[in-house]
Amino acid sequence: MNFALTDEQELLTEAARGALSRVKTVEAAREALDGAELPDLWPTAVEAGWPGLLVGEERGGAGLGAMDAMLVFSELGRVLAAVPLLGHLPATLLLDGAGFGELEPLAVGDRRAAFVAAKPPSGIEEAWTADPLQGVRRAPAPVIGDGTVTGSVAWVPDAPGADVLVVAGADGRVALVQAGDAEVEPVEGYDATRSLAHVRFDGAPGTVLDVTPQAAAEAWYVAQALLAAEAVGAIELALETSVAYAKERFTFGRAIGSYQAVKHELVEILRRLQNARSLMYYTGWAAQNSPEELPVAASAFRLVASEAYDHAARTQISVHGGIGATWEHDAPLYFRRAQLAKRLLGGAGDAADRVADELFAQARATAAA
Amino acid sequence: MDLNDTPELAEYRTRVRAWLDEHKGEAPQRRGREDVESVAAHREWQGKLAAAGLAAVTWPAEYGGQGLGPLHQVVVNQEIGRAGVPGLFDVIGVGMLGPTLIAHGTEDQKQRHLGPMLAAEDVWCQLFSEPAAGSDLAGVQSRARRHDDGSWTVSGQKVWTTNAQHASYGLLLARTDPDVPKHRGLTMFVLPMDAEGVSVRPLRQISGDAHFNEVFMDDVRLEPASEVGPVDGGWGVAMTTLMFERVAIGLGGEGFGWRADRFATALIEDEAGTRDPDVRHRFGCIAAEFLALRFTSYRMLTTLQRGGVPGPEGALAKVTTVRAAIEAGDLLVDVLGPGALEDDRSGRLVSDMPGIKSAGGTEEILRSMVGERVLGLPPEPRLDKGVPFAELRARERAAAGAA
Repeated sequence: MNFALTDEQELLTEAARGALSRVKTVEAAREALDGAELPDLWPTAVEAGWPGLLVGEERGGAGLGAMDAMLVFSELGRVLAAVPLLGHLPATLLLDGAGFGELEPLAVGDRRAAFVAAKPPSGIEEAWTADPLQGVRRAPAPVIGDGTVTGSVAWVPDAPGADVLVVAGADGRVALVQAGDAEVEPVEGYDATRSLAHVRFDGAPGTVLDVTPQAAAEAWYVAQALLAAEAVGAIELALETSVAYAKERFTFGRAIGSYQAVKHELVEILRRLQNARSLMYYTGWAAQNSPEELPVAASAFRLVASEAYDHAARTQISVHGGIGATWEHDAPLYFRRAQLAKRLLGGAGDAADRVADELFAQARATAAA
Repeated sequence: MDLNDTPELAEYRTRVRAWLDEHKGEAPQRRGREDVESVAAHREWQGKLAAAGLAAVTWPAEYGGQGLGPLHQVVVNQEIGRAGVPGLFDVIGVGMLGPTLIAHGTEDQKQRHLGPMLAAEDVWCQLFSEPAAGSDLAGVQSRARRHDDGSWTVSGQKVWTTNAQHASYGLLLARTDPDVPKHRGLTMFVLPMDAEGVSVRPLRQISGDAHFNEVFMDDVRLEPASEVGPVDGGWGVAMTTLMFERVAIGLGGEGFGWRADRFATALIEDEAGTRDPDVRHRFGCIAAEFLALRFTSYRMLTTLQRGGVPGPEGALAKVTTVRAAIEAGDLLVDVLGPGALEDDRSGRLVSDMPGIKSAGGTEEILRSMVGERVLGLPPEPRLDKGVPFAELRARERAAAGAA
């Protein structure tokens, strides 16, 4: 057994941190809330080879796995970097699996793809579903017919500015649609660093990809994993800054970090972070070695990381006192990202439901055997 | 990342599995309620495991162990679980107290005690906690006085002592010098449980069972050379034991059968429950924590395998285990109904968890330890630093009297 990162993976993390340190991403996140343009980090991503992370080497990609992609996402989340990879990577994973011919421009980052996700069916919901505009009821996934796509998906990550959309639809079919053939309505979210759009297809011409519903499901779970990995990096940073502050801020003659009430809440961040990190490794391992475990692994990771990030962002604010809740402070930016991310791609609640669904199904299968 | 056995481990696993397949018919039922016959059968089973080299996998060969690594131990644990047979009877002895003797005991103590401990001919118990020394373990008041011939007399009371009623020996932490600050005046001893003046009283808990005991020592005479480690150096010895405890707890949660798949198996008995959104959500949250624990333990094993020592953050695995197990018990009873409180599976879980929450370090103590040692947060101001133990006690009494 070896359940640790490889040297190459440590280097990948280091390189990502170095590349992102050249841009003041956190300041940019605040200014963007007041309407400023975000710095374009796509060239940074291209230089680092991130757009082709999940594309095979023979197709111009890096041929790496979900674990490596999660490590990059963790670094993105740490500094609130806005790089449209959450849409791009699952899309390229699907195109690669489909043997799509013109993948190289996407792998090297000359063109950009976005994944329009559909949630796979569960034991209590037979259909593939899409994120709705509002409400708890899931929307029907787009219908992919012979050469056309019809339907709507709300809150699609990284759709604005994408050249192509890779759409997962009803019955787990997948189609490629040129962005110009769809209605992509960019929406300003609570977190200005998160690029989102509501996407509508009205009989849009679409090339049906030669992939199985399992592949469409895999793309869903990889997207869950990436969103969760982004949270891991952000939690790390929230913990580091909160601990540093708790050591230097004094009340009643002593550092606030010496009080149990503060100390124990900071340890709670660490406890949840450790759990999330362990599930990140589980997800990376499952993606590579045990695909049938990917749904439960990625969903557990998504759930634990989303809730941990929510808790860490709140604790970061409360440890810093009133100043932590002001516009000048970085903590609210992390809080905004946590709140929005928790609700995207099915939300943390759907992930909890999926963990239960998978384990109940396994238990029934074992009992029947 | 790789969860597969190396060829060498795979071969080891095959041998372990073959032995267990051949001998599992000789194993007693998994432990339930304690009675004399059942305990005897479990001790006998441990003897068989030991003779087959499956008891002290990581102990050095010279003391009856196999001299193998922690991953071999995990393989044995997994195969024992797979075979559905019980593991060791004396987990505390073999897992924590034996390794402490190996680290700090005299050669004579090791030769005399380790073999019988392994074979469960001698069961051991851990005599650390006291009614007034739990979280603040260095506050133990059991007093050992030395005689001119090197023998000792011990008096005091211990509590939360698992297996004391079966034990031949206890590893005893006692105060040998009350006139120095509390951590510096402690010594570790081997206490024969059949010595005159030792009495054991069962301590019943919420479930009605008595998993623990109180142990009273009334002028118990200890022969010379009963000390383990240096006189007044008992705190360091105790830290070794607690390090092994941490490893055992960190790696052992699944050993209690608290696993996501086991709870799922219980819950599918109620078909409607498995379709209920609230049940699904609660179970999803609980299961995710148990899964996180499993992979945290794999990370810890990787550290051990590379020759590292798991850090104090391992204590957080215990916090997660307890929290998730409490939630799991609560959910099972909510789904299965009031009758489940009397059920041997879910009811026991519900009854045992409030006590287990404090076992091996309360959640609050563990959080403080991790906050200080891992996050580097400043300690709580302490009123006992540098104060001789006797004076500290006098101050405490005065303060309690004034209140």
